[in-house]
Amino acid sequence: MSRYQSMFNRLSEENRGAFIPFVTIGDPNLDTSYKVIKTLIESGADALELGLPFSDPIADGPTIQNANIRALQQEITTQDCLNVIAKIRSEFQDTPIGLLLYSNLIMAKGVSNFYQSCADAGVDSVLVADVPVRESQPFRKIAEQTGIAPVFIVPPTISDEGIRQVASYSRGYTYLLSRAGVTGAETKANMPAEAMIGKLNEYHAAPPVLGFGISSPEQVKEAIKSGAKGAISGSAVVQIIEKNLGNEQQMLTELSSFITAMKAAS
Amino acid sequence: MTTSQTTKKLDAYFGEYGGMFVPELLVPALEQLEQAYIDALEDPEFEKEFNALLTDYAGRPTPLTLCKNLTKGTKTKIYLKREDLLHGGAHKTNQVLGQALLTKRMGKEKVIAETGAGQHGVATALACALLGLKAKIYMGAKDIDRQQPNVFRMKLMGAEVIPVTAGSGTLKDAVNEAMRDWASSYEDSHYLLGTAAGPHPFPTIVRDFQKMIGEEAKQQILKAEGRLPDKVLACVGGGSNAIGMFADFIKETDVELIGVEPGGKGLETGEHGAALAVIDKGIDSKGILHGAYTHIMQDAEGQIEESYSISAGLDYPAVGPQHAHLKATGRADYVAINDDEALNAFQALAQSEGIIPAVESSHALAYALKLAKESPEKEQILLVNLSGRGDKDLTHVHSILGDNFSVSVQQGEK
Repeated sequence: MSRYQSMFNRLSEENRGAFIPFVTIGDPNLDTSYKVIKTLIESGADALELGLPFSDPIADGPTIQNANIRALQQEITTQDCLNVIAKIRSEFQDTPIGLLLYSNLIMAKGVSNFYQSCADAGVDSVLVADVPVRESQPFRKIAEQTGIAPVFIVPPTISDEGIRQVASYSRGYTYLLSRAGVTGAETKANMPAEAMIGKLNEYHAAPPVLGFGISSPEQVKEAIKSGAKGAISGSAVVQIIEKNLGNEQQMLTELSSFITAMKAAS
Repeated sequence: MTTSQTTKKLDAYFGEYGGMFVPELLVPALEQLEQAYIDALEDPEFEKEFNALLTDYAGRPTPLTLCKNLTKGTKTKIYLKREDLLHGGAHKTNQVLGQALLTKRMGKEKVIAETGAGQHGVATALACALLGLKAKIYMGAKDIDRQQPNVFRMKLMGAEVIPVTAGSGTLKDAVNEAMRDWASSYEDSHYLLGTAAGPHPFPTIVRDFQKMIGEEAKQQILKAEGRLPDKVLACVGGGSNAIGMFADFIKETDVELIGVEPGGKGLETGEHGAALAVIDKGIDSKGILHGAYTHIMQDAEGQIEESYSISAGLDYPAVGPQHAHLKATGRADYVAINDDEALNAFQALAQSEGIIPAVESSHALAYALKLAKESPEKEQILLVNLSGRGDKDLTHVHSILGDNFSVSVQQGEK
């Protein structure tokens, strides 16, 4: 059974949803980033969504763009980031780890080689922000060969046929977009998403997890109430890193209490 | 927002290049655009309206001018396709009018655009003023500095100009920002992409709305010379003027097609914007940027490198996918011209023909001059797309040349 399946089964027995924080690996540097990720898990994150830094993150708003810039100022490589994951994996065997990235980082390493490195590092799923279902075939094929779950996004504009396709291709979980636009805590999610969740369930999609604009425990609660099996919070987490760049201890303390509060609402 | 008809679609790829590498969220908007374009192609009213705007408003057809003095001492004839005389000052106006009409067909009232040199921004602003659309134009902060007159032009025509400071503050970053805007505004906004690059269907639509350049030029040169040119040259940033010039010549296999990329300070310095010309230097760099699989400038990790060129309009680290395909199949050659060579051509054309070209177009001209000089005894006809005029560059070029620039500019033959 995959780590995602085990997690959703466990949570379902507890009658709760998953809380999944997002951070960019290497923000603000590899060492602190490792501590940040460890803190997220120890404070109650059910799974992780981790970003690989990219120079041109077109799907991201200013908060996560800045996280990308901070990470890239360290001149880190994809393998450096995967090494952080491998280290986390060696300490936490059960936590599902998803990777979120842009396609050119995959192309630069070669698709097979990239997914194999992910599998070796202990990554469970890969979501490529700029590869929609219609371009996904070569990525999906290699992902499945290497045991990585390909994750796809369901945007609010999707057609019924689109939902059907995502349902048949997305593994691990389904990333449900709560609103249009780019990532960011500033623009609140438009809930509820019941209709889309109903469709996804009808088509037996992997468990839907709601993301984009989720920054408070109330929103997590609402997401779960609307039928989502979890909620992802990115920009709100990254803002805590950004706010405490000069004070690592304070950063980790604030992250810990934020994650605890968000998890309690799931 | 889903497409109603799925019967006939356009090909999203040119060989292995192209595609629609965008967030899932934008796919319906791009498919809607594709459908609107397919519908427009079948509607004779659309063609009529587009052609009327091109003729009565923009000033098509543009002339073809034989250079009288520039190639003296050689047996080369250089013909210039005068897109510099088009309303707006560059070829950009052609396709912008087409996309603005598509915007109206889709029932959208707002337009988002990115601009490098400001030419696409100006074209967008004028088309929006004419057709009653609201224009929001993203422009790199560095480009705003070097293209002040165009910024003022856009504002005069009612467009909102938004400076982009992220990254290198140039065209690449303006594209990122425009795409981000579009992700939340596509319901009532059209992203009026400025070049034959980016995700499908832009490379196809922009080419089709620019291909009259080559169609006219072909007829004009046949009339003037009774034969096709030996070589057709155009500058390549994203590649819209070049693909518009090349499109009708692709099937004329005796005609050589040459795309001239910005060599900046020299290919060996890394400070350039020549994603294709570097292939011949052993840098074969394929990747995905701004929605398309094509040739791009990147490091070993796949991070996008900042391009460099004296000309803002060519300062872009990728190239349209059809050019990548033309290069891969050998149908077109891609070469680089450095800043200095472009500046020399800029002055040479001003002095010998009384035409001040855009610094972008000066790259294509510079390569034509190089060919003429290399083989002074060779009888050849070169067709150069003079894609824009140089008014926008005057301040910038003046600041580089100062007041004591040399008048001879490599015109030993003169």
